[in-house]
Amino acid sequence: MSLDIWMRENPLTYIWLGSYAVAFLIFAVEVAMVRHKRKITLQQVRLLCNAGDDE
Amino acid sequence: MKKSSLLDLLVLVIRRDLVLAMRRRADVLTTLIFFVMVVSLFPLGVGPEMAMLRKMAAGVLWVAALLSSMLSLGRLFSADYLDGTLEQMMLAPQSLSMLVLGKMVAHWMVSGLPLVLMAPVLGLQFDMSVEALGVLILGLLLGSPVLSMIGAIGAALTLGLRGGGVLLSLLVLPLTIPVLIFGTGAVEAISSGLDITSHLSFLGALLLLALVFTPWVTAQALRISME
Amino acid sequence: MAINWFKYSAPTTFYGLAGKLIPWFGVSAAILAAIALYIGFYVAPTDAIQGEFYRIIFIHVPASILSMFLYLIMAGYAALGLIFKTRLSSMMATAIAPTGALFAFISLWTGALWGKPMWGAWWMWDARLTSELILLFLYLGFIALHASIDDPRRADRAAALLAIVGSVNVPIIYFSVKWWNTLHQGSTIKFSGTSMHVAMQQAMFTMLVACWLYAIAVALMRVRSIILERERNTTWISELPEVKL
Repeated sequence: MSLDIWMRENPLTYIWLGSYAVAFLIFAVEVAMVRHKRKITLQQVRLLCNAGDDE
Repeated sequence: MKKSSLLDLLVLVIRRDLVLAMRRRADVLTTLIFFVMVVSLFPLGVGPEMAMLRKMAAGVLWVAALLSSMLSLGRLFSADYLDGTLEQMMLAPQSLSMLVLGKMVAHWMVSGLPLVLMAPVLGLQFDMSVEALGVLILGLLLGSPVLSMIGAIGAALTLGLRGGGVLLSLLVLPLTIPVLIFGTGAVEAISSGLDITSHLSFLGALLLLALVFTPWVTAQALRISME
Repeated sequence: MAINWFKYSAPTTFYGLAGKLIPWFGVSAAILAAIALYIGFYVAPTDAIQGEFYRIIFIHVPASILSMFLYLIMAGYAALGLIFKTRLSSMMATAIAPTGALFAFISLWTGALWGKPMWGAWWMWDARLTSELILLFLYLGFIALHASIDDPRRADRAAALLAIVGSVNVPIIYFSVKWWNTLHQGSTIKFSGTSMHVAMQQAMFTMLVACWLYAIAVALMRVRSIILERERNTTWISELPEVKL
């Protein structure tokens, strides 16, 4: 298996790409999702408030 | 005096649920048929080599029992919930935990016990030895009530929800893993000629714990779901 | 300086406090993570047996510890919400759950990546990894149950009960999995036997704190969105600058 050989010859790259990069990617995606959720929640609340004001 | 009236209540609820279950025999039978089918799928999937099947037997039977219990649990409260009886039960002055325990016992008698009785027949298909079959039945006798009881908590929490049976399984299956481990562990032990008392005692301990805590927890879950 | 803690147990005041705290937690998390990585990769020596591959533990172990810790915190908040009927506690529990689940996932992923060079297989039914998998299922169950119930109050309370039942079960599950593992003479992902070099411990501990601070920051961010959603019909929300635009 070429993956095994590559892994043994490039241990640090394997660790960086495989674990740390993945972990930080997950963190980045999580933060992005939370920010997105905030954005659309704010939009909905604004709509609600404006609808209330218009009455 | 109070003690006997609690017991009377228990017997009353068990009787009622059993009568209701007997009127819908199809439900009971479908769970059993599901159990048999799942068990039969494994050899079809992994091949008929007897040595391997013998090794897998306990695990396959236990997992199938787990899955069949999960399927049947949806019925524990749904019928009473739909026709309003559950609400009446909750308003009644009697102990809700007792009522729930009664329902759990009846449910086990109708869903769990048949599985236990069916298991040895299926075990023979996997060429299990007589001692292994004995330990399997003993383990299932101790463990299947625990599955019903833990499952009841899940059934109470998911009452009336869209997700239904699948959600219930997702919630309950992780919690039943200890029962699975010790039930299959006991069969493995007897096959290797080792002592089984520790496994069975652990199952017994789980059963006692479940008997003491799950009716109350389930009652709380029902209150949460019914508000 | 006497802080009236109870002032912040109301969503109205907590919202503002959380907003101010998030940048502090976020930035400290990033700085500590950078320090941890530096120590872990440049200061800590190569392991005698595992070579460079052991450096995965600097993220694997903190992720595992945090996933378990966060579950207990989540269950604690949920219990508070159930017993004292404080809305904010239940909101915090809901906010923590996804972060905890992601840490459990990272723990499993990095565990697998560590296992491949060590054992030759991507997965090992090691007691800790198996327990971590079950923990992930418990998290997912909590999130699924909460998401399946429309009424927020019922959702909070049902999920809280599930979390409490889960926490009580976790020791039983861990014990039985450990026992199962030894029965089947499974492998244990252990260290090289000798005690860890100081730098390795430092890196791991620093990363643990970094992850913890990160988790707090993300949970606070999430709870703010939850507060916005739940309290959307109140006047104080409509008075907020970000809503008024």
